[in-house]
Amino acid sequence: MSAAEEVVTEGQAIEAVPKRAMTMGTGTSLAVLILLIVVPLFVKNFIIFQMTMLLIYGVAVLALNILTGGSGQFSLGQSAFYAIGAYTSAILIEQYNVNYALTLPIAGLLCFAAGFLFGLPALRLSGVYLALATFALATAMPQLLKLGFFEHWTGGVQGLVVDKPDAPFGLPMSQDMWLYYFTLVITIAVYVGSVNLLRSRSGRAFMAIRDNEIAASSMGVNVALYKTLAFGVSAGITGIAGGLGAIAVQFVAPDSYTIQLAISLFLGMVVGGVGWLPGSFIGSAFIIFVPNIAEGISKGLSGAVFGVLLFLVIFLMPHGARQIAIVGQQLAARFRR
Amino acid sequence: MELFTNQILAGISTGAIYACMALAVVMIYQAIDHLNFAQGEMAMFSTFISWQMMQWGVPYWVAFVVTLILSFIAGIAIERILFKPLAKAPILTNVAGFIALYSIINSCAGLIWDFTIKQYPTPFGSSPFLGSQLISTHQAGMIGLTLLMLLGLFFFFRYTRMGLAMRAAASVPESARLVGINTSWMIALGWGMAAAIGSVAGMMIAPVVFLEPNMMLGVLIYGFAAAVLGGLTSPFGAVIGGFLVGIFENLVGTYIPGVGNELKLPIALALIITVLVVKPAGLFGRPIVKRV
Amino acid sequence: MFLNDLRAAALATAVLLCVSQSAFAQKKYDTGASDTEIKIGNIMPYSGPASAYGVIGKTEQAYFDKINAEGGINGRKIKFISYDDSYSPPKAVEQVRKLVESDEVLVVFNPLGTPSNTAIQKYLNGKKVPQLFVATGATKWNDPKNFPWTMGWQPSYQSEARIYAKYILKEKPNAKIGVLYQNDDFGKDYLKGLKDGLGDKASMIMAEEGYETSEPSIDSHVVKLKAAGVDVFISITTPKFAAQAIKKLAEIDWHPMHIVSNVSASVGGVLKPAGYENSQGILSAAYAKDGADPQWDNDPGMKKFLDFLAKYYPDGNRLDGSTVYGYGVAQTLVKVLQMCGDDLTRANVMKQAASLKDFEPDTLLPGIKINTSPTDFAPIEQLQMMRFKGEKWDLFGDIMSGALGN
Repeated sequence: MSAAEEVVTEGQAIEAVPKRAMTMGTGTSLAVLILLIVVPLFVKNFIIFQMTMLLIYGVAVLALNILTGGSGQFSLGQSAFYAIGAYTSAILIEQYNVNYALTLPIAGLLCFAAGFLFGLPALRLSGVYLALATFALATAMPQLLKLGFFEHWTGGVQGLVVDKPDAPFGLPMSQDMWLYYFTLVITIAVYVGSVNLLRSRSGRAFMAIRDNEIAASSMGVNVALYKTLAFGVSAGITGIAGGLGAIAVQFVAPDSYTIQLAISLFLGMVVGGVGWLPGSFIGSAFIIFVPNIAEGISKGLSGAVFGVLLFLVIFLMPHGARQIAIVGQQLAARFRR
Repeated sequence: MELFTNQILAGISTGAIYACMALAVVMIYQAIDHLNFAQGEMAMFSTFISWQMMQWGVPYWVAFVVTLILSFIAGIAIERILFKPLAKAPILTNVAGFIALYSIINSCAGLIWDFTIKQYPTPFGSSPFLGSQLISTHQAGMIGLTLLMLLGLFFFFRYTRMGLAMRAAASVPESARLVGINTSWMIALGWGMAAAIGSVAGMMIAPVVFLEPNMMLGVLIYGFAAAVLGGLTSPFGAVIGGFLVGIFENLVGTYIPGVGNELKLPIALALIITVLVVKPAGLFGRPIVKRV
Repeated sequence: MFLNDLRAAALATAVLLCVSQSAFAQKKYDTGASDTEIKIGNIMPYSGPASAYGVIGKTEQAYFDKINAEGGINGRKIKFISYDDSYSPPKAVEQVRKLVESDEVLVVFNPLGTPSNTAIQKYLNGKKVPQLFVATGATKWNDPKNFPWTMGWQPSYQSEARIYAKYILKEKPNAKIGVLYQNDDFGKDYLKGLKDGLGDKASMIMAEEGYETSEPSIDSHVVKLKAAGVDVFISITTPKFAAQAIKKLAEIDWHPMHIVSNVSASVGGVLKPAGYENSQGILSAAYAKDGADPQWDNDPGMKKFLDFLAKYYPDGNRLDGSTVYGYGVAQTLVKVLQMCGDDLTRANVMKQAASLKDFEPDTLLPGIKINTSPTDFAPIEQLQMMRFKGEKWDLFGDIMSGALGN
């Protein structure tokens, strides 16, 4: 308290993940892809539903990975963009009879704009302050959705029920299976797009900002533009996930998009490995299935069991699932010799 | 005009709750440079322990002091056992740890004491304060105790070696180690103090909001907001921040037509973000100069 | 020749007997029911903001344990499968799909929470699985035409609010009403019922203060209502906030006519923590007996309930309204399943549920009966008003029906 100002050497808040290590090798990617395509043909509709949710949350976590792992901005507010995307799709489908597939790009664009606009004032904030600002956004969203002013469109506290689409062209598959493959296609598109984004010049700009903002700016990177761009892209992708979520769950309500969702997405990113895109889906699996496992172990202490399992995971793999992947790659390399 | 004064006074009384919590938040921030999500839950658990003691017949002030000591020890223990191993891990992983801790404490409290509300006594009584119908003696006592803790913290950080050592360990750990400060134990100490202050906050808040496992959820959000508004490096700022948030929130709810009532929290948070954009270190925090 | 005839006759008789035997013992099952077991699905918030209601699920589990110990229903044991949805609609959707598609339950019984139930209503009706005796008072569950598989149980919030409106119109026709309400489906449903009940006198409501569950304390709302000069304070609140309101009213020495919604009328859950001395004269309405009220200690129905608690759910607190609730609604389900006999198809379960005539579970107030019909999916519609005196509620007045127009 004696110094007039506090001089801080900004250590790295988010660890640098080299570009190459952000994805998996082609071999593993192909194997996973084949699994994702083939498995639904053999399981019950309920499992297909869970797999669809896995993909959807995976996309949302991916978006967060781009924002935090890519450009180093901390966000606890993704649930707000997810909600905007979900409601956009729901309102367009239910009130304006727009085809469900069309609602997704609209949701994405709308959320991109929202994220970009939010990113502007957020420029002045970083670290814990940015976290608080995004936290504020996430807490505000359910209240905004309940506002009487919007009730005519949003259905207020009662929410909106959304119809699930049938498979087109009379294809012989259940609604669940059709929705799964539809989601899978979009997920692959988003994933490939994100990988390309991070490998591009913009991606390099993001990572430069993440690693050392001051140095990046003195090297000519337009920090303001790229930071807000990162927010926008991340929000847009989350919005698409939200739209898919609305269709899969067939219901939107303010209570579905609370801070709990934002925290879950954050946990998914950490467990999967910050900055490691494939980890998004591992993280997503964690947040969907581990609470169920915890409930199975002990109904009364499900929260405690979840907490303990989470601690186990972060003790064993502080850097997330990426660590296992690295170990796996090292083992594979040793075998090849 | 009367409504205005009423709302200001009511704002001060809810603000006292936020101020109390904000103080604990600042404390932990001073120690570990981070916000601990589980702070509220630890405070809640401590309050339950004190309640349980009183159920067993222990008098109020004895339970109060014992809880303070137990919380201090528990804070250190949690840090040593759960977070020291994560010291080398990325910060985000630590945050995940806070969330896990939150989950565990909340769930255990729910199992042990269930989720129905319990009455919690106050040592200050509940009659109107100085005849005022808006602030009760309890709330006046709460404000007084908060200010007392604030003074204590101020002296601790400003005038004691330990306080200086803790601050050094948090902001410039390498340099601190070079001068012989055991930074690791400073962090543990910080956790212990934060837990103790948190327990006081919990024991002051419970009489107003009623004791139950989920009682701190709303308070924590406001506590964070107040701490950030006041400046995370300034306990004094935290307390002022708490009162400001309380007053502002009430005024918004009363005077902004239509949406004011429904958007109290978002608007309060928006205010804080606006302040941060203008003064990134908070109202009373010291400006932070970043070096490459 | 004669012997042949005799043998033929014997054979014919035997065959006839066999055929008629199977005709009499015709059992019909849908998924989830068998000769030995009936699977009942349930969704409750065991974690998250509404976890206080988890007690209902635990009480129901204990009640079915009791029924099983006493021989089950027509010889079949109940398997009660209850999942946690943390009061989150997407989680509720996931859990209900698990119950129906993975656990293959016969019915989904007493799922809790309006948002969760709204989320699963279309799915259950589409799959033709009964969504029976939902644990929410929202008015929209009584809609057999559009949702023939969904049925409520407790009196709807709107019918309760209409009863209060009637009371105020009679007792205090010049009242200035102030309403503190929770800003969600529960609060808004009540508010609507109040306004409908007051009809063209709805302008008696001078001030409405909505609050969010994320607010730590509602004290400032109470202060605002007092400043608005109202003399009737209607508290549409959940237990924690109801208690805070009672306490604040006492602290600022304000004594309007204070009406509290039935949801928060629990002596153990609300009034005791808030302070008995602060709660004198508060009004509410009830449809069930209060576990805290010694006047029911010798009532045969309540005795059964208290014995049940002691034996099967010793951790349960008789003062907590949730235990009384869980017992009553579980007893209603058991009655319906018993009425089904050996026809345990989902359609028959709904049919029997829609044919309850003057059924009185152990825990309902004397005079309040459950009645349903194919056009009336609201089992309980009656309430009696009560005033808090000393340490318990004093019932007064007639049993009122919350139907519009009465």
